[in-house]
Amino acid sequence: MTPPTTGQRPELMSVNRVGKVFGGATVALQDMSLTVRQGDFISLLGPSGCGKSTALRLMSGLSLPTSGAIRWAVPQEPGALGVVFQEPTLMPWATVEQNVWLPMRLRGASLSSVRGEISETLRLVGLDGFQRAYPRELSGGMKMRVSIARALVTRPKLILMDEPFAALDEITRFKLNNDLLTLQAELGCTVVFVTHSVFESVFLSDRIVVMAARPGRVLRELAVDAPYPRDESFRTSAEYAALCREASAALHDAMGEAA
Amino acid sequence: MTSLTEGSAPELVDVEERSRRRRLAFEKWGKWVLPVLVIGLGILAWHLVVTLNGIPHYILPGPVLVFETLVKDWALLLDALLITLQITLMALAIAVIGGVGLAVLFTQSRLVEMSFYPYAVILQVTPIVSIAPLIFIYVDNKMAGLLICAWIVAFFPVLSNTTLGLNSADHNLRDLFRIYGATRWQRLRYLQLPSALPYFLGGLRIAGGLALIGSVVAEYVAGTGGVGSGLAFTILEASYRLNIPRMFAALLLIAATGVVIYAGLSFLSYMLLHKWHESAIRREV
Ligand SMILES: Nc1ncnc2c1ncn2[C@@H]1O[C@H](COP(=O)(O)OP(=O)(O)O)[C@@H](O)[C@H]1O
Ligand SMILES: [Mg+2]
Repeated sequence: MTPPTTGQRPELMSVNRVGKVFGGATVALQDMSLTVRQGDFISLLGPSGCGKSTALRLMSGLSLPTSGAIRWAVPQEPGALGVVFQEPTLMPWATVEQNVWLPMRLRGASLSSVRGEISETLRLVGLDGFQRAYPRELSGGMKMRVSIARALVTRPKLILMDEPFAALDEITRFKLNNDLLTLQAELGCTVVFVTHSVFESVFLSDRIVVMAARPGRVLRELAVDAPYPRDESFRTSAEYAALCREASAALHDAMGEAA
Repeated sequence: MTSLTEGSAPELVDVEERSRRRRLAFEKWGKWVLPVLVIGLGILAWHLVVTLNGIPHYILPGPVLVFETLVKDWALLLDALLITLQITLMALAIAVIGGVGLAVLFTQSRLVEMSFYPYAVILQVTPIVSIAPLIFIYVDNKMAGLLICAWIVAFFPVLSNTTLGLNSADHNLRDLFRIYGATRWQRLRYLQLPSALPYFLGGLRIAGGLALIGSVVAEYVAGTGGVGSGLAFTILEASYRLNIPRMFAALLLIAATGVVIYAGLSFLSYMLLHKWHESAIRREV
């Protein structure tokens, strides 16, 4: 692992010395800077309470920074941003198809006019044929796939994911990790992914932002040099194990510093 | 690899499964047969008490006499039933419109909610019997008075349940709606109203019963005379004439009306929710 190289790809968003204080006292995030470039897969890695979710909410515009600024380098039209939460967050009264329709429905598109795009996206996440199923009929992993399809259906420039697979079993999580990388390669989208798993962050990302708590802040940024595509053979490789060891050491160093 | 449960293999039913099936089968018919049995025995006991003790019908009529009265006075009772039913259903309809409308208004504006919610509660906690006489002083039309009374009793559960439901929409979904730039109306229409539906239906079931209670109580307060002579009026009038069997017959009809309203609203609730809501989904085990 080396310090991240900068340059090559065009910038998408820049987070500039952003801080967030809740209730005038809780420093959830302090002085965070991050440049997101098109095609990046960035993980925010850190223990719980280190401000990962706060950072993501700030980037999504759901919450305003107390200090600093977040700037989009491209015009931010609706649908440019997709979000996936830790829970699938589906509407239980709506079918899979209607759930994926939501972002377009809110822009006034009728179901029949976008049915093709919805089907295509469901095919991409491996849920072809489940259009008419209700969320309760699906397993946890499948619900998460619907949630991802909903985030992807507008073909967003940036996708923010907040520990999306944390509640799933390991086998399902590995499968979804693989599929997520395939999807990202296929669609060329940019992902900022929150996790507290070293293994997940190394497998998925090309950059890892290591964070620490109290106050929430960025401690280091690591680049993961292993080339894409990464698949099951990468997961079992010595290279992956070595990278995980390094990231883990960085996290522990960071937490040591913090303590 | 072979599997024990595959294809034509004999069905594997262990002790636990057998007892579970027996319990299910028992519950399936017991749910209907047992209550019928209880009421049958109750009526029989009633009949025996009356005939064996020679109780005169103006003190306690037997079930046979009550049934005969029901048939004999059917024309009169049916008129009264229709009036009670009309007031109840109209009050329920206005309660739904008013309750849901107010709940939507409350969730759209904190200002309105903070200003008016306490008064909705006051209206609810004040017993209707104490308000009704005043209403009949100021409202000339008896029908309108009855409606107002029934409405006051019925609308609060709709209001409070719907308000709760509208506010119970998933927070992540709310965030998602914000990210996608949903308008207020879109959020209400696509997120809050569907979230509120199960809560609303729960309130509606309570309101159905209360509307009936409201209309009956109001009729007692309104007293005899004039138009709008429903079942409560029938009971009142029969009691003046010591026509006890007719009192029982009218009481029977009121109870039956309540049951029918409750069953109808339960069915409506099932129809609207059974595809997605936990409360209406049948479980295997
Ligand atoms: N809305 C909020 N109000 C008050 N404190 C908050 C709020 N959101 C987060 N915090 C606090 O900010 C800190 C960081 O939270 P969060 O970003 O959720 O961490 P993470 O996602 O890394 O677990 C925590 O101490 C948390 O209690
Ligand atoms: Mg979090």
